[in-house]
Amino acid sequence: MVAPLGTMLRNLWSYRSFVLGMASREFRARYLGSVLGSVWAFLHPLTLVFLYTVVFGHLMRSRIPGIDDALGYGVFLCAGIFTWTAFTEILQRSVTVFLENGNLLKKMSFPRAALPAIVLVSALVNFVIVFSILLALLLLLGRFPGWPILGLVPLLVVQQALALGIGTALGVVNVFFRDVAHLLTIGLQLWFWFTPIVYPISILGDRMQTLAHLNPMTDLVAGYQGILLHGAWPTWHAWLPQAILAVLALGFARALFRRLAGELADHL
Amino acid sequence: MPRIVARGLGKKYRIYRHPLARLVEWASGDRRVLHHAEWALRGVSFEVADGESVGIIGMNGAGKSTLLRLLTGTTQPSEGSFHVAGRVAALLELGLGMHPEFDGWRNAMLSLQLLGLDDRQVRDALPFVREFSELGSHMDQPVRTYSTGMQVRLAFSVATAVRPDVLIVDEALSVGDAYFQHKSTSRIRAFQEQGTTLLFVTHDPGAVKALCRRALLLDRGTLLRDGPADAVFDYYNAMIARKEEDAHIEQLESGGRTVTRSGSREAEITAVTLHGADGAERATFAVAEPAVLEVRFRPRVAMPSPTVGFVIRDRLGNDVFGTNTFHQGVAHQPCAAGGELVARFALGLSVGPGSYSVTVALHTEHAHVDASFDWWDRALLFEVVPGEVRGFTGVAALPVRASLERGGG
Repeated sequence: MVAPLGTMLRNLWSYRSFVLGMASREFRARYLGSVLGSVWAFLHPLTLVFLYTVVFGHLMRSRIPGIDDALGYGVFLCAGIFTWTAFTEILQRSVTVFLENGNLLKKMSFPRAALPAIVLVSALVNFVIVFSILLALLLLLGRFPGWPILGLVPLLVVQQALALGIGTALGVVNVFFRDVAHLLTIGLQLWFWFTPIVYPISILGDRMQTLAHLNPMTDLVAGYQGILLHGAWPTWHAWLPQAILAVLALGFARALFRRLAGELADHL
Repeated sequence: MPRIVARGLGKKYRIYRHPLARLVEWASGDRRVLHHAEWALRGVSFEVADGESVGIIGMNGAGKSTLLRLLTGTTQPSEGSFHVAGRVAALLELGLGMHPEFDGWRNAMLSLQLLGLDDRQVRDALPFVREFSELGSHMDQPVRTYSTGMQVRLAFSVATAVRPDVLIVDEALSVGDAYFQHKSTSRIRAFQEQGTTLLFVTHDPGAVKALCRRALLLDRGTLLRDGPADAVFDYYNAMIARKEEDAHIEQLESGGRTVTRSGSREAEITAVTLHGADGAERATFAVAEPAVLEVRFRPRVAMPSPTVGFVIRDRLGNDVFGTNTFHQGVAHQPCAAGGELVARFALGLSVGPGSYSVTVALHTEHAHVDASFDWWDRALLFEVVPGEVRGFTGVAALPVRASLERGGG
């Protein structure tokens, strides 16, 4: 029942209309029945971007070493938070995706990999909206980093792959032990604060900094911050270890799925 | 090359007392076993040839749905193997994946995608969906405004928009009004004629007889019988009758305690049974089959002329037919207290397929209003299924002879 990788990808490809259809439907469903419709999809991140750059930028300007212009802190925040949100979105949604679609899994035969794929597509759409607003803002403020912006792509790919791997693995286990979803929420809170997103890494002491570098997200987020703040291309620190982790996570998720797929439908 | 092959299929469910038990078992690498196994299905082997239609019957809990889930791949077998060739469409539940806020078109599209159709196939199938469901302009409305019947029509139209190689149906046909049921059955028949292999699961033997020539009988997870639908169906009948016999006894006991019986009890009905022409006690009959209704009773006091009456009612409680020994001119049988009497009514069950009940009464003279000794509501339930007499609708199987000629004569 669980096919080799090549077959899995081929089945998934033949179900691409389904994946895209479901993702599109989810997006629409969120704004169905509202007057402004999908305009809300832009308003929310727009407000956040405004808050972070303008409000916090002015408030925090004098308190963070190394970043001393009004908009610097705002951009710093946006670089970290928006990408972190994309990361957690995939994680949170993957962990419940099997449970949520229990009925489908029990009664309908379709490639199970379609479910995480839908999560991926959905998250991608949301991220594109949010980030395009941010980039538009940067352009407006004359802080557009230029070509290094392309450096975002490999970082994002690695990040979302990592999230998908961890999320799907947890999602499978969550079917049997619903605690996992709760554990993830707590875990993500902690992870957020252990990653220099709201504060620059430089405010940590030496020992703490070493510990912080053990966190794979630290260098990844630093990569984003580097691109958007300084226009610097990311170094291999920012993506290579994370890419390896992502591959391991995806492999683990797949192995877990193979082992438990048979019982999955019985438990839903 | 057979379409479906199953060898020693088995499905075991692990029942854990507490989720923690499962965790401990996992952690020990399955070394400590903390579950008890329940086999929903075991040792099931059979083959289905290309284009064949097979019914799968059995009582609730026999393992029919489990077998389907295995064959459609939604769950994995614990033992054995199976192989299904070609495109499989399963009607296990109608309306899967439908979102109430979206209109009929969008829901149809998504459900078609869920079946694995690509964009072009989806586009081509949509006009059929609109036509078959007869939803017309309702297709533009959100599904939450649909009545249940409309939702069913949409779901069924989507599920049968494209002919599959193998069609597996799980009791999804018995929904909707009579008109739509007819339509759905015709659609399935059309697929059969075009070569689709059909697996039809139900616990209504009548439906199986209508569509399939072969049947598999499952009971408590094992395959009991595999053969021509008629033979398997007879065996199933016998099983049910045996079960209902126990049910009769229960009913009798509960009858004594509940208010399904009334009367002075100067005489008491002790048994109400239906028998086939061969004398065997049965609960299922074919249309127009001869049957014998037997009512045994025991008077407590001597009585000169007890009258035994019965009325057969349909599922909705409408009187279908009733009479009693008085009206039938049966000679009086006076009897002393304590003796037992048996009243027999030989009937031709010329009624339409369905579920019927028999209410029996014991009284004096011609009507129960004089003195009712015992009145037993729904003393017996029986089922009538399509037999040799078919091709009609309604509760009365009236004898008919039809002809078509040129007018003028």
